[in-house]
Amino acid sequence: MPLDPSFIGRTYPPTAPYEVGREKIREFAAAIGDANPAYTDAEAAKSLGHPDVIAPPTFPFMLSFQAAAQVVNDPELGLDYSRVVHGDQKFVYSRPARAGDRLSVTISIDAIKSLAGNDVLTVRGEVHDASGEHVVTSIMTLVARAAEAGEE
Amino acid sequence: MAVRFDEVQVGTELPARSFPVTRATLVQYAGASGDFNPIHWNEKFAREVGLPDVIAHGMFTMAEAARVVTDWVGDPAAVVEYGVRFTKPVIVPNDGVGATIEVSGKVAALLDGNRVRVDLVATSDGQKVLGMSRAVVQLS
Repeated sequence: MPLDPSFIGRTYPPTAPYEVGREKIREFAAAIGDANPAYTDAEAAKSLGHPDVIAPPTFPFMLSFQAAAQVVNDPELGLDYSRVVHGDQKFVYSRPARAGDRLSVTISIDAIKSLAGNDVLTVRGEVHDASGEHVVTSIMTLVARAAEAGEE
Repeated sequence: MAVRFDEVQVGTELPARSFPVTRATLVQYAGASGDFNPIHWNEKFAREVGLPDVIAHGMFTMAEAARVVTDWVGDPAAVVEYGVRFTKPVIVPNDGVGATIEVSGKVAALLDGNRVRVDLVATSDGQKVLGMSRAVVQLS
């Protein structure tokens, strides 16, 4: 059954703050094999004008994806997550996330479309720091593949 | 070492990179990112859901492709926008070798405010794994 288009424009409550830790950034940078010193060396980050180590550009996805669970698990929407794949991902940055940030994500449903029987859901996460300043917008497209004939 | 806007033009190529991916890489990325979907480490599960084998996390591939831009520009904060489409999975066999993600990029447009648009191409095993892979970068 197609997703209910009346969910377009729905905004969920902001998430509890996620505190960005230096060691979490180090762990993430190591996992992507990225030796950029701005991720691990506070002095190197300061020499670039940052107050502390910064996180790689895709790091905020973790927060926005966790926050998007509100949509994925919304019983009223009824998304079948076992059929969902990540279609597109985009970030628009005001600044990089950095150690010491306390980041909160506000999730909205921007679009629901039906393409060739698949539901395509555009979910936007606005990430703000503790002072309310915008850090990054994370826009993800989730594609829920149509159930195959005979499968339910 | 920052890249200056007046040093680049449409067509300027960024240094291409080749990123190896093994099952161990995926396990490490799963732990660091919190994405424990078994399609990224359990080949029995991956095959049951119709995949040819274990596949890399799309966000891992996106992270690797970004390195071509951040290594070029030096300060990762210069990336002001970055988007991709996940077109094909990176298939990672358990053969001791794994897969390779090849990433190249070039300046595709000069924008206002000393910004440029960089278009990236990411392939693995001859397949384009990212589409519409673009970053807007602030140069000095």
